[in-house]
Amino acid sequence: MNKELYIKSWCSIKNGTILLNGASVFSEDSEDFKTFIRSAYKYFETDYSKFFKMDNLSKLAFLTADILLKREPLDAEENNIALVFSNRSSSLDTDRKHQATIENKEEYFPSPAVFVYTLPNICLGEISIRHKLYSENSFFIFAKFNAEYLHQYAESLLQSGKGEKVLSGWIDFDGADYEAFLYLVGDEGKIKHTPEELNRLYNIL
Amino acid sequence: MSELKEELKAKIIEQLNLEDVEVADIADDDALFGDGLGLDSIDALELIVMLDKDYGIRLSDPKEGRKIFESVQVMADYIEEHRTK
Repeated sequence: MNKELYIKSWCSIKNGTILLNGASVFSEDSEDFKTFIRSAYKYFETDYSKFFKMDNLSKLAFLTADILLKREPLDAEENNIALVFSNRSSSLDTDRKHQATIENKEEYFPSPAVFVYTLPNICLGEISIRHKLYSENSFFIFAKFNAEYLHQYAESLLQSGKGEKVLSGWIDFDGADYEAFLYLVGDEGKIKHTPEELNRLYNIL
Repeated sequence: MSELKEELKAKIIEQLNLEDVEVADIADDDALFGDGLGLDSIDALELIVMLDKDYGIRLSDPKEGRKIFESVQVMADYIEEHRTK
């Protein structure tokens, strides 16, 4: 018989505001993502110098995950929290930056530091390194937030014992637009892990 | 030479996104990798691109970078000797 699964915690970031379990925990008026994410990084005492080398998508994913995972009793050596992320824009924001460095034959200087982020799932690696996650991970591209698919995938991983918990959700970045919604699924919590609840939480911010 | 070293420090900070590091924080002989500024392998590739783009120096073997990027002083000496722009 399948065990009952719950959304233990969740975090949303959009338009300069950060919600943690529905409560506003940080807000800044800046329209500029760079300024906003730097302020949020300092406010949450993230303390990870490599953060500033990441592309925008990874910064957004990393900070959202960090806000949730630093509240978890993680093992210092190894953790089995699967990552199942999704978005609409893949890594387009960074792909465009990379394209700009190679479109002129006279000024052909591709940046290795930009190129390494021209895949959306790189952000999963950044989070895994930080929190010692030796676990399943997947990154899906959808036209919009797909609660049904993410729900089914997390259920499958947890019911089959492939992970102890699943950190899942939506991390999208393109141009000036950004949106993050991550949630942690496991045995504990008060909100039932259902597509309806995922859609409800996603639409709060 | 002194001007070039200051220029290199500023470029390293900006291009390698070193947060909260100022030009004055980097001594000429500070190690750039390892215990020094803590740069990594991607940073090394970025510095190779910088040598090509800004000073017209092409390294045929990326392993050469290990010696050249030992410190700002060593980098400046190498650039002075080999620059084409």
